[in-house]
Amino acid sequence: MADAPFMLEVAGLNAWYAESHILHGVDFHVREGECVTLLGRNGVGRTTTLKAILGLTGRRTGSVKVRGHETIGLPPHRIARLGVGYCPEERGIYATLTAQENLTLLPKVGPGGFSAAEVFALFPNLRERGASLGGRLSGGEQQMLALGRILMTGAPLLLLDEITEGLAPVIVEALGQAIVALKARGFTMVLVEQNFHFARHLADRHYVIDHGQVVAEIARDEIAGREAEVNRLLGL
Amino acid sequence: MFDIPLPAVLAQVTIGLINGCFYAMLSMGLAIIFGLLNIINFTHGAQFMMAAFITWIGLNQLGPWLGFPELQLGFWASLVVAPLIVAAVGMGLERLLLRRLAHLDHLYGLLLTFGVALVTEGAFRHGFGVSGQGYDPPEMLQGPIDIGFMMLPRYRLFVVVASLAICLATIWLFERTRLGAYLRAGTENPRLLQAFGINVPVMITLAYGFGVGLAGLAGVLAAPIMQITPLMGGNLLNIIFAVVVIGGLGSISGAMVTGLGLGLIEGITKVVYPEASTVVVFVIMALALLLRPAGLFGRET
Ligand SMILES: Nc1ncnc2c1ncn2[C@@H]1O[C@H](COP(=O)(O)OP(=O)(O)OP(=O)(O)O)[C@@H](O)[C@H]1O
Ligand SMILES: [Mg+2]
Repeated sequence: MADAPFMLEVAGLNAWYAESHILHGVDFHVREGECVTLLGRNGVGRTTTLKAILGLTGRRTGSVKVRGHETIGLPPHRIARLGVGYCPEERGIYATLTAQENLTLLPKVGPGGFSAAEVFALFPNLRERGASLGGRLSGGEQQMLALGRILMTGAPLLLLDEITEGLAPVIVEALGQAIVALKARGFTMVLVEQNFHFARHLADRHYVIDHGQVVAEIARDEIAGREAEVNRLLGL
Repeated sequence: MFDIPLPAVLAQVTIGLINGCFYAMLSMGLAIIFGLLNIINFTHGAQFMMAAFITWIGLNQLGPWLGFPELQLGFWASLVVAPLIVAAVGMGLERLLLRRLAHLDHLYGLLLTFGVALVTEGAFRHGFGVSGQGYDPPEMLQGPIDIGFMMLPRYRLFVVVASLAICLATIWLFERTRLGAYLRAGTENPRLLQAFGINVPVMITLAYGFGVGLAGLAGVLAAPIMQITPLMGGNLLNIIFAVVVIGGLGSISGAMVTGLGLGLIEGITKVVYPEASTVVVFVIMALALLLRPAGLFGRET
């Protein structure tokens, strides 16, 4: 995997919301098939990093390459079409669409997407909920749906923002197993996580963000040796 | 009120139903546009009027203008061409002007569309005067038809059937198709939809064109039964806005039901208490504002 081609290369990424300058030169990369996390304390700019990759912030500068294509000048819909699936922090389930409509809404952006049956195999809880409106689903169901719908698009790169936030331990467990299964299937993933305990066994590498910059890169097998540093950076 | 002869009642109810059909088509267009563009389209009445004029011009003026006096664009051709022209002009308006206001308060879109409506009506007044033009229904729809319990002008029956079909087709498109799911999702969270790969700016332009096209269809259907004047749309729009306030802008099927219902109520009022027929809609609007400010079908937020 160490020499697999780059799926995502972010270099010198700056981003603004109107006048507030949030990202100050973020640098990181993800190779095909890798799972990396963006860790950090609240409000350091992890969500903003994912949004900036998709062109959802205000102005952004620097370089974001998806599978080798420079996207800094592209609108969000063109970036998504390069094969990016996005699961936003607030989950973004459409409340007025049924679960089934939410699941099948997104356009295909790559080959080999999941079928609905495969999504249900991964998340059996969704199977019986197809006719319910998105707004009526529980938090856990919404999270599974938000993940399931991007699996159906065939996007090889998944940007997942705090998928465990506020969910019961059994659901967190199920999501962890899903991540493992997706990794085995070859998906490339960027996980924004608060829950370091959840993330540390899933990811190949971790990036720690502080004040809109990457301040540390830690490979999985280095964690034990750098425990003190990690705890300090994450304020644990 | 019980000595009113049945035929008179039925006649008013039919007129109410026909008006209701126009209310329904126009308020559905407004609801679609409001959902995706977040503006109240004050140009809607002018766009309705333009389509009626295009229909009239196609039959009476186009040939002479082009130097071929025998060239005519008949009703059926206009039914296709006029809404397309009005939609195309509308999409130009959206691309050139409305889009630039998208990030500002609702009020700016309202002012712009209101201004465009005034300019459009002024231009038609300048070109065609204020005296109304008449338009005959196409030959196959002339004359009365016996619908069992009463005689009805064929064309009026056609208007009812055609408008209901248009409304139901629109609802089907919105509620049952993939495109409709995109439009509903775009109403709820357009930014995220774009991050999933949908070209939302283009979708918004097309949605505006569609909403305006519905007004255009209504305008063509209206040409043979209303006086074609530059002010025909503006006058109708007053009532449409009341319909929209009563029904709420949140639901297109709600717009249809409210439009038809108010047309009927207006018609019935004309029989039982004619003095109130022009204000009944506004009385209901006031009541609705008091009791359910988000509208009968609106979402309280
Ligand atoms: N839409 C916005 N407009 C202006 N400022 C924003 C906006 N969204 C976030 N911010 C600010 O940007 C900074 C980074 O926010 P971001 O959401 O990226 O944090 P985060 O690392 O994801 O943390 P968390 O999710 O725990 O809040 C914060 O200071 C936040 O207040
Ligand atoms: Mg966040």
